[in-house]
Amino acid sequence: MSQSARIVTAHWGDPGVITVDGYLAGGGYEGLRRALGMTPAEVIDELKASGLRGRGGAGFPTGVKWSFVPQNTGKPTYVVCNFDESEPGTYNNRELIEREPHQLLEGLAIAAYAVQSHTAFIYCRGEFLWPGTVLQRAIAEAYGKGFLGPDVLGSGYNLEVVLHRGAGAYICGEETALLSSLEGFRGQPRLRPPFPAVEGLYESPTLINNVETLCFVPHILRRGAAWFAAIGPEKSPGTKIFSISGKVERPGNYELPMGTPFRVLLEEHAGGVLGGRALKAWTPGGSSTPLLTAEHRDVELDFEAVQAAGSLLGTGAVMVMDETDCIVEATRRMLQFYAHESCGKCTPCREGTWWVSRVLARIENGYGRPQDLELLLDTADNMLFKAFCALADAAASPIQSSLRYFREEYERHVAEHRCPFTGIGPGAVEPERGPDETGSSGPEPSEPALVDLGEVLR
Amino acid sequence: MAVLTPELREQAEAMKARYPAGRERSAILPLLYLVQSVEGSVTEDGLREVAEILGLRAAEVEAVATFYTMIRLRPTGVHVVNVCTNLSCALRGGHEVHTAAREAADLPPDAEVSKDGAVTVHEEECLGACDAAPVVQVDFANHDRVTPERARELVSALRRGEVPEPSRGVAPRDFRHASRILAGLEDPT
Repeated sequence: MSQSARIVTAHWGDPGVITVDGYLAGGGYEGLRRALGMTPAEVIDELKASGLRGRGGAGFPTGVKWSFVPQNTGKPTYVVCNFDESEPGTYNNRELIEREPHQLLEGLAIAAYAVQSHTAFIYCRGEFLWPGTVLQRAIAEAYGKGFLGPDVLGSGYNLEVVLHRGAGAYICGEETALLSSLEGFRGQPRLRPPFPAVEGLYESPTLINNVETLCFVPHILRRGAAWFAAIGPEKSPGTKIFSISGKVERPGNYELPMGTPFRVLLEEHAGGVLGGRALKAWTPGGSSTPLLTAEHRDVELDFEAVQAAGSLLGTGAVMVMDETDCIVEATRRMLQFYAHESCGKCTPCREGTWWVSRVLARIENGYGRPQDLELLLDTADNMLFKAFCALADAAASPIQSSLRYFREEYERHVAEHRCPFTGIGPGAVEPERGPDETGSSGPEPSEPALVDLGEVLR
Repeated sequence: MAVLTPELREQAEAMKARYPAGRERSAILPLLYLVQSVEGSVTEDGLREVAEILGLRAAEVEAVATFYTMIRLRPTGVHVVNVCTNLSCALRGGHEVHTAAREAADLPPDAEVSKDGAVTVHEEECLGACDAAPVVQVDFANHDRVTPERARELVSALRRGEVPEPSRGVAPRDFRHASRILAGLEDPT
């Protein structure tokens, strides 16, 4: 994609855009100026006409979401920017902020004006110490220039923006958990309805948008809805940042039109699979989206096409595995994450993620039983759609998809009593390396105590 | 015993004022970072003081504090070294980097703080910088494409009292300083 066709990453080559002056030189805050000359309803209509869909994973139409925020409720209206980027493999929000923080602040101000909110919070992931600092400085600059604060650009509209830092919990990226956390509680999800638009932060109407989504907003206001709607497929217009990592030559954030085939992202942008090896598996949108394989090379990366291929576009975080990577170990590591990050509220998720990660560990370590494969699927089925939020569904994704495409590999682990890739296990022929001394890879091969665990589950 | 000096108590009041009137409980995480910046972890005294500032019970504050991994409720090294071993980092050698960091800190299997108290080594989930895998954070400052050798160097430098230059941004002096920045009280320069 040519430099000029990029939208939210167009200025990434210019280190000067980290400051407000650099941002203004590239036409910054013109979208906000235009929005303030329109009525809030006109701004929402512009967003609806653009067809922009949320980039945080769900793909909900942004303008429609804005229109759901009720007016004149007698309560304050809040806007919350979700900068708790933690989906494994996802790193576009961080780079958007580290390079051009005012792009987000401009989008946030436009969104707040559109829903007539005077207080906006940015929930910044705790581990993002430096990006949060960049953002805090940008907020101070924007106040100084009159883009935030009282009487924004002389329009009479007031907007306070508060940076709020999280403290290390993946679940806080889920919007209702984020609100619980921002209110000063454990970050546990809430039942919907009521939806945050009606009853969100402090039981008040709340609009929540992801960083990448808001970064598109100033451009739509500057250049018009029709311009944006003409890019990419009709139902998923615009561009998207794809974060590609794992076994590729050039991992990185690539902004491409929605609908770009995965093959183009992998081969033309990321330089192909590392070392010229064969592609084995990939996630289209983080570890929460079902794995796809080399057979899915030509899948177009947009909401509809990825779903038709049996997965989800998610955050556009593509993690690539090659022919030398063990799918059982990859799945085990993904489940270790979900077991750690489950908030503990719902039993299917709290218990399911833990059991499944133990069963995966024993298969990987050569102690699996033939019936473990069905046990995994059965447990995944008991997690899917059975909890308050999507974390349990996300945890089921790698289990079900890896067994769908790589069942033989699981069966080999069980039949040979070892991992065919590392050689580890009681059936080891020539182990290439010893057990992980840190204990982080689950139980040691010499400890088959978990064999009865599946019986208990039944 | 009071953890916060009178000056820090004043700052704590200002932190509450970031949130709407009647919603001061929202300041609980910044306040936990504040007491952590003084003690290097959050002790019972710290929990009590945050509770007092917010008009909550200590148990309510503890219930929140235990939920978040960046609020440290147990002894913690002067520096915290987080090593990502999530999938994208694991595919690029994250487990080996983690093992090397633990070895350089001379950690026995169940320990996470080095005997000299200089470093805590923590196996971390995805740190959102997978293009630079394997990723290590030292007091939440990022180090990109870390090899096992580089991990050993980082830990050894920290144990000698040196703060290594991060790949981007500014390095906090130590974990307490990082907590102070996270409380929103300081812009690191």
